[in-house]
Amino acid sequence: MVPIEISGVTLTYDTPSGKVPGVKDISVAIKPSEFVCIVGPSGCGKSTLLNMIAGFLTPAEGEIRIDGKKVDGHGLDRGMVFQDFAQLFPWRTALGNVCFGLEMKGVPKDEREKIAREQLRLVKLEKFCSSYPHHMSGGMQQRVAIARALAYNPSVLLMDEPFAALDALTRDDMQRLLADVWRETRKTVIYVTHNVSEAVYLADRVLVMSPHPGTVKIDLPVTLPRPRDPLSIEFIEHQKILLDHLGHAAGGGAQTQHA
Amino acid sequence: MSDAAAVVGRPDARVGRQTWRTAWRNTFPFLVVAALWEIVAWLGVFPRQLFPPIEDIAARFVSLTASGILEHHTVDTVLRLLAGFGLAAVFGVAIGVAMGRSRRAEDILLPLISIVAPIPGLAYAPLFLLWFGLGNLPSILLVGFVSAFPVIFNSWTGVKAVKEIWLRSAQAMGADDRRLFRQVILPGALPYILTGLRLGLAQAWRILIAVEMLAAVPWGLGWLIFGARKFLDTDAMMSGIVIIALLGLALEKFVFKKIEDYTVVRWGMVK
Amino acid sequence: MDDRTRSLIRGGVSIVCVAALYEIVARSGHFSPALMPTLPTIARTLIASIADGTMIWHAAFTLYRVMVGFVLAIAVGVPLGIAMARFPRVENFCLPLISALMPIPSFSLVPLFMLWFGIGNTTTILIVLYAATFSVVFNTWSGVRAVNPLWLRAAGAMGADERRLFWKVIIPGASPFIITGMRQAFLRSWIAVVGAEMIAASDWGLGWVIFDAKEFLNTDIMLAALIVIGAIGYVFERLVFGSIERATVQRWGMVRAAKG
Ligand SMILES: Nc1ncnc2c1ncn2[C@@H]1O[C@H](COP(=O)(O)OP(=O)(O)O)[C@@H](O)[C@H]1O
Ligand SMILES: [Mg+2]
Repeated sequence: MVPIEISGVTLTYDTPSGKVPGVKDISVAIKPSEFVCIVGPSGCGKSTLLNMIAGFLTPAEGEIRIDGKKVDGHGLDRGMVFQDFAQLFPWRTALGNVCFGLEMKGVPKDEREKIAREQLRLVKLEKFCSSYPHHMSGGMQQRVAIARALAYNPSVLLMDEPFAALDALTRDDMQRLLADVWRETRKTVIYVTHNVSEAVYLADRVLVMSPHPGTVKIDLPVTLPRPRDPLSIEFIEHQKILLDHLGHAAGGGAQTQHA
Repeated sequence: MSDAAAVVGRPDARVGRQTWRTAWRNTFPFLVVAALWEIVAWLGVFPRQLFPPIEDIAARFVSLTASGILEHHTVDTVLRLLAGFGLAAVFGVAIGVAMGRSRRAEDILLPLISIVAPIPGLAYAPLFLLWFGLGNLPSILLVGFVSAFPVIFNSWTGVKAVKEIWLRSAQAMGADDRRLFRQVILPGALPYILTGLRLGLAQAWRILIAVEMLAAVPWGLGWLIFGARKFLDTDAMMSGIVIIALLGLALEKFVFKKIEDYTVVRWGMVK
Repeated sequence: MDDRTRSLIRGGVSIVCVAALYEIVARSGHFSPALMPTLPTIARTLIASIADGTMIWHAAFTLYRVMVGFVLAIAVGVPLGIAMARFPRVENFCLPLISALMPIPSFSLVPLFMLWFGIGNTTTILIVLYAATFSVVFNTWSGVRAVNPLWLRAAGAMGADERRLFWKVIIPGASPFIITGMRQAFLRSWIAVVGAEMIAASDWGLGWVIFDAKEFLNTDIMLAALIVIGAIGYVFERLVFGSIERATVQRWGMVRAAKG
């Protein structure tokens, strides 16, 4: 897929009560088809960084290049999944939601429904095409959101704690599903989480961020073979390393899942 | 799934008894009130002309209906309602949405509306009668003017309350401004807009009945009950009130309930 | 210039423009000054009528009618709403009646009440009562039913008996709805009293003034009375109910539960 270069990116929020540092001087190079997890305590600027890559925020300094092109506003080369279940449009069925991006692209009706069905099959929801979001569980809604972000075939998938509001069992399923989807589609994925085991399970590479101001502290590759076994010694070792770094970064703000 | 459907669909003596019980429970209070009314009427505490027994009212209702007079009044009232409320719906939604979308429109219109809106609608009636004469024109204009405010306020709130995350998702999927508006902002604001239309219609209905009494229109339910007073014709007056109650109930229960069931309820945006 | 000042300036400009437009039309001579008095005329009339006390008397009459009706509506509505929510029998009996009566506009009862009670205070107060009661009943009823069962269980576990459960949990828990109901009820009373006075009052009352002014083409008095009506409504809606809300449900972080 495509590489992403983040070079010297800084952003400060202007609030009525003064300037709040968002992120400061972050530089990262991401390879095509790489699965990168960003972990860090809340408030360390993970969402800020992701929103800049998505084009919702413009960095005050530095720049972000996707496939060599400078990011300027949102574009169809990136798909985005948020944490909030409410991101789906309640007035559209699952299929209608997944079709949205294709509709904006001008894909004819038959074709976009075919693609949307295919995407819903990928997230194992082919039976729920005509259901409205409010009739689906949180996990199903997030799967629709993933299908929706993939449907118009962006080369980059940006995910901001997409499974944080799910229960632990559902979250395990979703992680497996996402790993499968990634293996099939080979998108470049940037995945924000504050859950260390999630990061070790999914990532090729984990970036640990620390707050005040938000900077990338460690850049740790994860080379365990896939599919990964969360109970293996190596897996737990990786988790430990990350937790150690996070402990320094935040004084213990992060949490494990497979405790 | 299919099993559950079969259970529900099976004709069941208990289900039949249940509906019958509900029906009885809903009619019983009316029977009690009717009986009390009858007793008071027959005791002759008040003159029969002022407090007629129910059979008098029913007889009058039937004769007024048979002669087509009640229908004529009803049709005229409903037409005025549709005309006035139609104006309010079109202009109200347009103004409200414009205010929600554009800061400039909001800054300009909000102060004017906040000055005009808090005054009870009927208080404008004499002014409208002076400026536009008697009859249909002032009635319809006043109904439209008054019922536009809830529509404006709710459309405005609704557009502002559209979730940020929907806008972001749609933008991330490449929606331009026009499509953002049609595909996200309008449906997203719809629960509020419908609430506004519903409140507006209720308002229009109340104002219309009153304004028909004041504007000297030749036909209409408001005029019917007001005119009946001069002849101490309580029967005709009660007949008019019954029709007004039924129409009010029908507007509430059928028109808007149907629209809401089909849209925002189906989408799970309201319970 | 920040956003707030720009909003204020735009708002001010828009009000001034509309006022100027009105003034120009009024002075152009296209319409009779009796129908379209100039703004200074309206202001003079307003000040004069307040100074000689007539407007104050009109307002006092209207407020008296509205207050009596409104207080009666609360006295009837709150207990009834609570009773309906607590006792299924009361609910079964009252709910169908209320659902049938609620859609009847209060104005449509004015001619009937005039027949029964004549012109004057009784009729107007009863119309206000009719207009206001249902909002109070309905909101109280919904409020008591909407009290979070968790609170009841928690209070029960802490040893609250029936009586204290009622006063310490149910009433405060339902209060956002009850306050909303009162607010709605006042709004309706205010609308109803103006309408009722137009048709069924004599000599005093703001509604009567407006309608009477029409007969004599006293548009300036009419508009002056409109201003007074708007001002009183505003004071109650914003200042009175607004501060009640701020002092109670907003302080407790309970958002207003139902919208009018
Ligand atoms: N819209 C905003 N306005 C002001 N400050 C913000 C805003 N969004 C985030 N911040 C601040 O920027 C910092 C980073 O926030 P964020 O990127 O949301 O962190 P994370 O996603 O890691 O929890 C925090 O201190 C937060 O308070
Ligand atoms: Mg975040």
